[in-house]
Amino acid sequence: MNDAKTLLEVRNLKKYFAVPNGYLHAVDDVSFTIKEGETLGIVGESGCGKSTLGRVILRLHEPTDGKIIYNNMDITEFDKEEMRKMRQHMQIVFQDPYASLNPRFTIAQIIEEPLKLHNIYKTEAERRKRVEELMDLVGLAKRMYNMYPHEFDGGRRQRVVIARALSINPKFVVCDEPVSALDVSVQAQILNLMMDLQEKLGLTYIFISHDLSVIKHISDNIGVMYLGQMIEKAPKQDIFKNPLHPYTVALLSAIPSTNVREKKKKIILKGEISSPINPKEGCRFSPRCPFACDICHQKTPVLQEVQPNHFVACHRYQEMMENKLHF
Amino acid sequence: MESILKVNNLHVHYVTDDEVVKAVNGISFELMKGESIGLVGETGAGKTTTALSIMQLIPDPPGIITEGEIIFEGKNMIFNTEKENQKIRGNGISMIFQDPMTALNPIMTIGDQLTEVVLQHKKCSKSEAEKQVKELLETVGVKSDRFNDYPHQFSGGMKQRVVITMALLCNPDLLIADEPTTALDVTIQAQVLEIIMQLQKKFNMSLILITHDLGVVAETCDRVAIVYAGEIVEIGTVEQVYLNTKHPYTKGLFDSIPKIDEDTEKLIPIEGQMPNMAKLPSGCYFHPRCKYCQEICKKEAPPVRGENGHTYRCHFDLFHEGKEK
Repeated sequence: MNDAKTLLEVRNLKKYFAVPNGYLHAVDDVSFTIKEGETLGIVGESGCGKSTLGRVILRLHEPTDGKIIYNNMDITEFDKEEMRKMRQHMQIVFQDPYASLNPRFTIAQIIEEPLKLHNIYKTEAERRKRVEELMDLVGLAKRMYNMYPHEFDGGRRQRVVIARALSINPKFVVCDEPVSALDVSVQAQILNLMMDLQEKLGLTYIFISHDLSVIKHISDNIGVMYLGQMIEKAPKQDIFKNPLHPYTVALLSAIPSTNVREKKKKIILKGEISSPINPKEGCRFSPRCPFACDICHQKTPVLQEVQPNHFVACHRYQEMMENKLHF
Repeated sequence: MESILKVNNLHVHYVTDDEVVKAVNGISFELMKGESIGLVGETGAGKTTTALSIMQLIPDPPGIITEGEIIFEGKNMIFNTEKENQKIRGNGISMIFQDPMTALNPIMTIGDQLTEVVLQHKKCSKSEAEKQVKELLETVGVKSDRFNDYPHQFSGGMKQRVVITMALLCNPDLLIADEPTTALDVTIQAQVLEIIMQLQKKFNMSLILITHDLGVVAETCDRVAIVYAGEIVEIGTVEQVYLNTKHPYTKGLFDSIPKIDEDTEKLIPIEGQMPNMAKLPSGCYFHPRCKYCQEICKKEAPPVRGENGHTYRCHFDLFHEGKEK
């Protein structure tokens, strides 16, 4: 996989929303690359900007600054028509399968809509064949062709959403919390489906979730976000075995574990995520960080590669690496 | 140890014009003083209905407790008058609801809301009540200078602390927490669970924790009951159920969650969906989804088996220490 080519590159991406008392820095200077066929998991708490990041990459929100380079094309420069064509290659799956399906459309109408929009098939019969093929692909029986979304439970609805996203053969899919609204037994079905589809169709995913165990299961690389910034990014084994940012360490320790044999020590962070509106200079995690020193309050740390493929934005990473800082 | 709550063969139905939804179908468990039990199950398994029955807060109509007993401190709540039960709620049993955003009145300051609770249940002056409220707010980690703030000025985690304060103001003997951390982020969840556990020890409260998260139960509870289609399919201490899983549904739940401290290539989902509670399957309610289903499972309801307080409802003894026999 290492020699796979880079499919998407994001450079210094920023998205600020104007609010009455200033600017809300939802995504603030995020850069990363994704190789073809890879899954990048983006994890963080609510309000950290992970969903906004996913939407800005597809230009569903216009970026404030920065570049999005997809397949060597700078799509930030594209006009509306070019972008519409581009969306054949880039699709999104949303969190809530109850809100993202039109209740007045049948399952078939929902799945064939992108095909119609992009004028892919000339005849009705061809479209029907494709819809049936897609339903089969995501594990929906043919008899459901003319059913309506309200007849489906959450898991089946999410299958419909996935079929719709895949109908026009995209290469790249942003999955925004696709399993968060589902029960665990169904969640496993959908996760397995998404991994199978990736293998079969050679898809590239950005997988956004607040659930670290789900992210760990599906991702190749993981990016941890905090208040609009990416504070650590590494292959998944490194994130879990050797986290270098104090926030990542705390986040990992906070996940309730089902392992009753050994109880791990929990790091309970003080305080809560601070406001993303007009953030001050300095590390954004510093108010909650037990290791924050003067420089952390004054200067924003940059994301830098400290080990091969392991990026971290922390002033004291050296000490973290040498295991000198203890919670 | 002294028993504080005994639920015996509880059945709850919701009756509508077209159908009868059988939400709870014979749940029984006992809770000791100071003990904590987790009720785990998927959406629609009947966890919240069980909790509401204990509080005697089932909306009627359409809900009816058709059978069973709920004995709290020696008295059957079902035969109590509404007045007696009102006294028990708050003083004896308190409940924390899932969504802290909707559990508070948006047009009252949190100070006023909390003081009202104390004045409702205790005979004391307003200033005394306010003093009590401020003390308890500090205990759960809300600074008392936020006494005059409105709910919208609080973040989710802080609101849940206010709701916890409200539930604990009258020193209940039993606290029912219905998904208290589901709406919160993991680092905030860790803070809130820590507070609940500390207070539980401090006041020697009993706790019923309702959740769908097996990890949360492992870290907070002494015992666990796995609920499926309105029945407890397996119950025991956390160690018994987690290390020596006996019921195929419990096993299925463990296999379908991605684990943080193990590397699993592929998750094993439970095939199919929860049954329609208005048209429950015959025999064992889990048989349409069960990998080990035999003819008998389709016909006969399984007996309760097991020993040493670890019991399960299955026709077969399939697993030993979590592995297939």
